This record gives sequence, structure tokens and C-alpha cells, in this order.
Amino acid sequence: MNFELSGEQQMLKDSVERFVQDNYEFAKRKDLAGSALGYSDSHWAVFAEMGWLMLPFAEENGGLGGSAVDMGVVTEALGAGMTLEPLVPSVLLGGKLVEALGGAAQKDNILSAVAGGQLKLALAYGEPHARFDLNYVEATAVKSGNKYVLNGRKSVVLQAASADKIVVIARTSGDAADTSGISAFLIDADTTGLLKQDYPMVDGQRASDLWLQDVQAELLGAEGAAFAALQSVIDGAICAVCSEAVGAMGRVLEMTKDYTATRNQFGKAISDNQVVQHRLVDMFTVLEESKAITDMTTMRLAEGAQNTSALVSAMKAKVGEAARFVGAQGVQLHGGIGMTDEYPIGHYFKRLMAIDVMFGDSAHHLNRYAEGIATGANS
Amino acid sequence: MDLQFSSDDLAFQDEVRSFLKENLPASVLDRSDRGLHPLKDDIVAWQKTLHKKGWIAPNWPVKHGGTGWSLTQKYIYNREYFLTGAPQTIAFGLNMVGPVIYTFGTQKQKDKYLTDILQSNVWWCQGYSEPGAGSDLASLRTRAVRDGDDYVVNGQKIWTSWAQYADMMFCLVRTDPDVKQQEGISFLLIDMTSPGIEVRPIIGLDGEHSLNEVFFDDVRVPAENLIGEENKGWTYAKFLLGNERNTIARVSRSQYQLKRLKEVARAERRGAGHLIEDTDFRRRIARIETDLMALEAMELRYLSQDIAGKKLMAEPSVLKIRGAEIAQAIKTLTVEALGPYGMVYESEDQLTMRNDGPLGPEYAHGAMADHLYQRAATIYGGTNEIQRNIIAKLILR
Repeated sequence: MNFELSGEQQMLKDSVERFVQDNYEFAKRKDLAGSALGYSDSHWAVFAEMGWLMLPFAEENGGLGGSAVDMGVVTEALGAGMTLEPLVPSVLLGGKLVEALGGAAQKDNILSAVAGGQLKLALAYGEPHARFDLNYVEATAVKSGNKYVLNGRKSVVLQAASADKIVVIARTSGDAADTSGISAFLIDADTTGLLKQDYPMVDGQRASDLWLQDVQAELLGAEGAAFAALQSVIDGAICAVCSEAVGAMGRVLEMTKDYTATRNQFGKAISDNQVVQHRLVDMFTVLEESKAITDMTTMRLAEGAQNTSALVSAMKAKVGEAARFVGAQGVQLHGGIGMTDEYPIGHYFKRLMAIDVMFGDSAHHLNRYAEGIATGANS
Repeated sequence: MDLQFSSDDLAFQDEVRSFLKENLPASVLDRSDRGLHPLKDDIVAWQKTLHKKGWIAPNWPVKHGGTGWSLTQKYIYNREYFLTGAPQTIAFGLNMVGPVIYTFGTQKQKDKYLTDILQSNVWWCQGYSEPGAGSDLASLRTRAVRDGDDYVVNGQKIWTSWAQYADMMFCLVRTDPDVKQQEGISFLLIDMTSPGIEVRPIIGLDGEHSLNEVFFDDVRVPAENLIGEENKGWTYAKFLLGNERNTIARVSRSQYQLKRLKEVARAERRGAGHLIEDTDFRRRIARIETDLMALEAMELRYLSQDIAGKKLMAEPSVLKIRGAEIAQAIKTLTVEALGPYGMVYESEDQLTMRNDGPLGPEYAHGAMADHLYQRAATIYGGTNEIQRNIIAKLILR
């Protein structure tokens, strides 16, 4: 039992922190978020060069065989700087699903290019009627020769605008809420019949809604059997964004401690007031909880635990709520200046809010966990 | 990073688990399960069983009767202990004054007191709080004046748990009223049979007698019962409070009680179904359970830091705050699970005098008794508000 980083993990952490420090000064981030692409391709090249994009892939697929814990080390440090590059969508969502389901040729063609940063992926799983339920899939796929024809709509697909290929989840059989009959497909981003509406998210990242009209697609894995892999890939991505939230909350707490120690009202620093001190302590406490449960859950995943969905939901419910609280209290304790676009705290608030929503908000995950109590799975 | 315990530690865990399961008397477990305090004779007998096994004082140095266990083994022991459902051992001798005596006491004091503490022959109580000195403990006023070979003690202590059973009290007294508060306090060991001591019961919210007031009227205490130096008592008092951290998060106790809560929710009827099928109720259980998972993760992470040699600062206070809040949330929801019987209550004495059976479901009485008693969890040992002050001092520049 050990929560301390290994020497290698410490080096990895140091290198990501250095990257953030050198490249993600707040004003620079703001410019990047406002640019056409929404992030920097030269940063992306650094992600590739440093090996961060190959980290989670198995060695036989050209990766470094890093564990969920190793990935958490990277995303926690990135989260502190609110970096914008599409590590989660391209590597942890699209790439990991290709690794889980793809045949040898598909993995050969795609994974080394994803790990090298030359090819960007997105994962289109969400739908307007599905809310956060992964199993609710209305988009259809019908076999036609050795290809499939996709129809339907996908919503809030992270970083689809700059993706080269998109992994699309569609139904090959069954009713909209069935877990069986769900399949994964690969399409080119510029393929005929795909209409994209690109837009910014509240945290400065990018997403798209997709309309698929008779789009030709290539099947990944066995027909109708993608659900388990999808869920496990999303679980991994949830660990990564929870680590990001931990990094971001840490920054919020530091900034807010600094600000309240220097801001004077009524002749004293506002952090001399007990009510402000106790609020900071409550922020510290939920951060400590979030850090610990994220590390613990990530380790459980890395160690191949069973019932991972319950563990991941417990973590996301806790971290999502903590993220909202810390972000909101950060703004509150900054007072008026916290309301401005010019000051970083509000951007952390928005990023933390987006992380709560991403892959299911705390209410969704608490309900999901509570279902397990009814069935006795979490007794 | 990894969560696995070594095979030696897992073997130790099995040994602890089976010993406790085989030796914990059913009657002791039953009272504990029902949320009732152990009877005096029962807890003493149980502590003697643990002493015979050599496990009564895991934190003591080996030369004074401790186990020599690693930090991990102590963690595992505590976890298994509370997962068995066993009631906590009485802390006053074993966790509080014992370590003070072997750390600061004279050889004569060690010889006189330590064995009786380990063997649970002597029941100790804690003379800290006073009517005017709760969280602000250093403002205490009980006076001790040196007179020949004795101190003469006058004053009053309050909230003294189980003083009615106590043979001895460790007591903070003021020996110098003219210096800074913390510098005029001494630490005395007082025989509770001394003339001039009066113990008066305070009946708690639960209708039970666990708390007391203790009055001192010209009580003569031999000067050889002074711990360490006169006027240095605050140092020993703080050392003692710092030793309370072992079970501060009460994770496994809460896990055990959360399991009981789920059993109650599965037993409670609601029309054709059961309470556990109520989505709102289940969500509230889920919220407590996820809080508890985070608490367990924090405790493990801090244990890991402790093993790695990092000094823990604000962390024990974080564990105390969340541990107490979560324990209370479990008890509150357990009473809520009782529905209309969540209004019904009488003390255990009254209940046992009845000849018409329990009031409502069999588990209702203890659920309420423990709920009422546990309101103190966020008050004793430094209120949660004081804990927040402590954390603030440590994390703010």
C-alpha cells in the first residue's frame, strides 16, 4: 500500500509541470482558447515528443504501457494549467477504443499515428436523447457489403472539429436502451454525408454536434458488442478528468489563499476573518478528499479491480461536486474581480464546471452508484 | 503507487480477524450492534481478553507492553477490530494517560500504574474540561496549592465520561495563577476515593448517565502524583491529545454501521415494498457511502505519507472533521429509516422495566440512543469549528 510516486512518475510529473509553467501562462492560454483551432499544434507536437500520447497504449501497439496511475500523473499536472490540447479525446477516448476493439490492421494503421500525434481522433458516443447514459443509442448502422451505413445524430463530441477520424457509436440491433447491439465504427472526418456543427464550450475547449446521413463506415471489433469496451474507455477517461480537476482545484486554492491574504477590507486582510478561513479549510478538505479518492480509484483500475463502474461513479460523484464547490468558492472569495473574464479564477470555475458535466455529472454518477445499493452490488 | 498489502500483512489481517471473531462475546457484540454502551464488567472482561493475547496496547513501546507492530499492521488491526463490530476499548488509561506516564512519569509512577492499565484493573477518567474551559482548555481554573507533601485541590471538572466507574483521574490543575495561562498548569493523578471528591451525574440527550461533574473540596493529592514538572502540564496535555489520532477517522466503524443502515432499510416496510427501494433514500445512502470511500482513501494516503516519513500537520484535523460528520450522517439516516418510530424513545432503564416488549422494531431503541450520543462527536476532542481553526493556521501563511 503506497500513495507515493515512483521515481519515474516523479520525473514525468516534473516534466509536465515544466511544460505548463513554460507554455501556459494565463494570457497565453486565453489567446490559444480564442484561436481558430482552440489549442496549439506546436504544443501538440511537444505532447507527442515527450511520449505523453503513447503513454497509455500497450507496448505491442507502439505505446509505453503506462497505467491509469501514470496517466493521472500527467493529467493532474495538465489540469493545473487548464491545457487545451486534445489528449483526452484523441488518445484516451478514440485511441483507447480503437486499441480495445480494433483488428490488427486497424490498430497498425491508427495507433502509432495517434501516439505520434500525426493523427487526431474524436469519439462520438453521446446523443441528444441519451443524456449521460452510454447504452442509449438511437443512431443506426446497417451492413452494406463489407461496409456499414450510418444514420443519426451525435452530440457534444469533444474536439471533433480538428479530428482526422471519428469513432462513432451506433446501433446495429436492438432497442435504443439495450446494452447489446451497440457497435463502434471508424469514419473520416471529411467523409460524405457527415455534417458538423462546431462550437466552443464554456471552458474554452471545442466540441461538435454531428449529423450522419448515409455515412459509409468501417466496423471496429465485433458487431453489436462494443458496449463493455466503451464503458471501460469512458471509465479511464473519467479518471483522467478527475485528476485534471484535482490539479485545477489545487491552483484555485493557491490563488484564493494568495488573494485573500493580500486583499484588505475594513483595515485587515480578508483572510483574517474566521468565516473566510473556514471556507478555505472546506475547499482544502474537499480537495484532499478528491485527490485521495482519485488516486485510490485510479490504482484500483490499474490493479484490475472488478466492479470498476461503481468505483468510478463514486469518484466522479465526489470529485464533480468538489469541483463545483471549489470553483464557485474561488470566485466568491475573489469578490468582484472574480467575475471578470480577464482574471484566471473565473476560467478555472468554468473548467471545473465542465469537468463535472463531462461523462456524467455528480448527480448522474451518484444515482448510478445508488442503483448498485438496490441490486446489492454495492452492499 | 499501489493499494496491495504484502502477503505478511494479509496473513496478519487473517490472524487478527479470526481471533477477534472467535473471542468477542456475543453479548458484547449484540449491545454494540444495537448502539448501546458496553456494560462495565463486559468491556473490562473483553479488554482482559485482548491483554492476554498481547494486543491491548498496539501503540505502546514494546518494553512497556506494546506489540511492536508496523504502522501498516496497526492500521490493519484497527480496521479489523471495528469491522468485527467490537466496541472501542476505553481510551482513558490505554490511549491517554498510559502514554503520558511511560513518556513523562517517574520510574515509581510507571511501576505503580502501567501494569494495571494494561490489565484493565484500574478505570481512569479524564479531568480536563471545566464549566468555563471547553475548547479554550488553557483557561481552566481548578486550583492546586502545594502544602507539605501534598497538593490541595479545589474546583470543578465537567463532562467527565464514566467518572462514576473511575478509580483514578488524570487531571489538569492550575498551580500558578500569575503567569501566562499555559504556563501555570500541572498534570496530577488523583485517587477518586480521596475525601472531598464528589461525582454528580449529568444525564445526556440519550437519557443515559455517561457524563458527570466532579467537584473538589480541599482534596489532598500526594505530590508524588505529579507528572513531570510543576507548571509544565500543558505540554503533557497536548502530547496526550496528539495521541488520539489512531481511530480519529473511524472509517471501519462507519463502514460497519453503514452496513447496518442498509439492513434496516431492507427490513423497513413501505407499503408493498421496502425502504431500500425508495430512490431518494438510496441516494442519500449512496452519498454517505461515497463520502466514506473518500475518507478511507484519505486515511490510507496519510498512512502512506506517515510511512514515507512525512510529518502530518493539518491532516488529522481533516480526518476528525469528516469522520465525525460522516458518523453522524449515518446515525441520523438510520433514525430517519425508522419512519414514525423515529420519534419514539425512552432510556434503557425504562425500556428494560417494561414487560410489553420493545417499542417498534427491535433495532429502533439503540439506533436513536447512538444517534443522540453521537451528536457529541463534532464537539469533543476539539469541536469541528476548532479543528477548522487549527487547519486554517496550518494551511494559510
